Amino acid sequence: MGLTFFLQNVVNALQWGSFYGLIALGYSMVYSILMLFNFAHGDIFMTGSYIGVGVAAGLVALSQYGALPLPNWIVLALTVLISVVLTAFLGVAVERIGYRPLRHAPRASAAITGLMIGIILETGNLILLGARRIKFPSLIEPVSFELGGVYITNKKILIVGLSLALMLLLHLFIQRTKWGMAMRAMAFDYVVVPLMGVPHNRITVLTFAIGSGLAAVAGIFFGIAYPVLDPNMGILFGWKAFVAAILGGRGSVLGACLAGFLLGTIEVFVATIFPSTLRDLIAYSLILLILVFRPHGFFGEAYSAQLRL
Amino acid sequence: MKRILVGIMAWLLALSAQASDVIKIGIDASMTGDKSKVGEGTRYAAQLWLEDIKKAGGLKVGGKTYQVELAVEDSESKAESAVKAATKLITEDGVLFIVGPQASVEAVPAGEVANNQATPLISAWSTNPNATLNRPYVFRACFLDPFQGPVVAGFVAKHYGFKKAAVLYDVASDYPKGLAENFKAAWESRNGAGSVVAYESFSTNDKDFSSQLTKIIKSGADFLFTPQYYAEVPLIVQQAHELGFKKPIVGSDSWGSAELTKLCGKDCNGLMFSTHYAAAGAKGKTKEFIDRYNKEFGYVPDDVGALTWDALGLVQTAIQNCGKLTGDIKADRTCVRDGMSKIRQFDGITGKMNFSKGNDPEKCAVIVRISDKGEFEFFDSICPDSMAKN
Repeated sequence: MGLTFFLQNVVNALQWGSFYGLIALGYSMVYSILMLFNFAHGDIFMTGSYIGVGVAAGLVALSQYGALPLPNWIVLALTVLISVVLTAFLGVAVERIGYRPLRHAPRASAAITGLMIGIILETGNLILLGARRIKFPSLIEPVSFELGGVYITNKKILIVGLSLALMLLLHLFIQRTKWGMAMRAMAFDYVVVPLMGVPHNRITVLTFAIGSGLAAVAGIFFGIAYPVLDPNMGILFGWKAFVAAILGGRGSVLGACLAGFLLGTIEVFVATIFPSTLRDLIAYSLILLILVFRPHGFFGEAYSAQLRL
Repeated sequence: MKRILVGIMAWLLALSAQASDVIKIGIDASMTGDKSKVGEGTRYAAQLWLEDIKKAGGLKVGGKTYQVELAVEDSESKAESAVKAATKLITEDGVLFIVGPQASVEAVPAGEVANNQATPLISAWSTNPNATLNRPYVFRACFLDPFQGPVVAGFVAKHYGFKKAAVLYDVASDYPKGLAENFKAAWESRNGAGSVVAYESFSTNDKDFSSQLTKIIKSGADFLFTPQYYAEVPLIVQQAHELGFKKPIVGSDSWGSAELTKLCGKDCNGLMFSTHYAAAGAKGKTKEFIDRYNKEFGYVPDDVGALTWDALGLVQTAIQNCGKLTGDIKADRTCVRDGMSKIRQFDGITGKMNFSKGNDPEKCAVIVRISDKGEFEFFDSICPDSMAKN
């Protein structure tokens, strides 16, 4: 394997891993607060992407007809902001309608609630927009740079850079702020900590809002990198990000990010070294092997009471 | 139970006797699901055909004029629903002939049902050989993948003079997988073993092809052949360009949807693919059909619409070849099937068809170039050896 070939694959893997990382974070955060895997998360990612299309199309139309002339990068920034807020509301609504009434129900009931909400989001989208594929508006004119034989696009730099920045911000938020401290405390013991005056509902809402907001960012970045959207795009991708969340260690922010990039790297390099038909077979056998030796993932703890963010 | 069955039989007989001066044609197509555009094209073409029949006052068969009705069923883009729809058309609606389903994944199982129930069926768009294989009652109006693979290989070799090919296909879908294999065999028989320097695959619903494309670029291939559906092609083409691949990318008839250029934008301009007909620059009755369809429904028909029109033309000829309808639906179906197999030559809007070798026509393929305006322009036509180029 030549050096440029290797580096090209590293660049490809970084982009692919950013999506897994951003989505895995949502799974991980909700798990640490509620001890619950939010199986609707993959579809929240999908919905975030579609909301992004709607917002971007609206803004582009506004600026084209001269009502609000904006350069493309401002349109993109506004699209991300507005979509994050809207998708955060969606995530909070999912929590309020789907999970809160079941907080004291068996965990399995809450898990299938997530699956059902996912199906509702998919089919709702199908009914609303039809089975037609949707194109994500091209807000960034793609520019390809060549650095010693390695091709990098402005899109890739933007996606990987912003994803890393967001992950770092989240880490700082959880470690350095009062709200972050409350979240860590909740993750430590979600039965006792509310008795000490930490508002359970508010922390839960905050967690869902942040997780869904990150999913919306992932959805928009995904639309920029792979501009053909369909209502089922969140299913398989959500499952794989869920694998990353487990691999990172349930409830670990750092672990989820790292595992996301690791999963992307494994997938890309397996397809590069072996025949591409065998990609998922070999990649996920490898992950199975990792879990055999580290059943709690990289940063997970053996006991649920010691989960930490 | 027996009494109920007898009752139903009697009711069906009464129904078919009553409807003896009405001919029913079944349409089995995907109105919903991920190939909903295919079903739409089928239905619209059938509507235009029915208008013509009505304008002529009905369909004349053996001196008697029959009214024609369409029975439309949705195959939901799924194999099992296509079978259900075909069964309903045969047993409940009592149709004389079924048109569709169009995609091979639906047409292969639905053809089985029609053949077992001795009802003639014609799929306009299915290019997989298994749809008609050993089924005397199943026909088609398009060429086969074992023909299309060599067509693309031959065209690229002649037009560009290339020697090294790369292939990227979906290993989990019948049509791309079959066509990729046909293409590989044809290319290697032309340029020797090992001339397909990269043979890469992915799975349905994959969106990132960067590692496959990086391998393809490294292999030094002269061009990329990717027989994928219109939703995947834009992703493959854009990612290839972003990774610095500047060589031609060539496709097959699954590219030919009006949606392709919408999703792909200018990345696809200048690329070529093999298909059934080219809308831009068409002449004669092909142009007549395109203009009429465009006026009625607001867009240029893709190949499914044009092929459905030809399939219905074939059905009409078959019914007239039968000579005389008795009103006994079973006998009539067999008679129409025989009428269909009497057709040797058919001059359709998608070109001349030659049925001398059974239920699959031999016909010319068209190479289409995507123009800078995103239109599908005629570039070349490639015919089987048995047919002279017109």
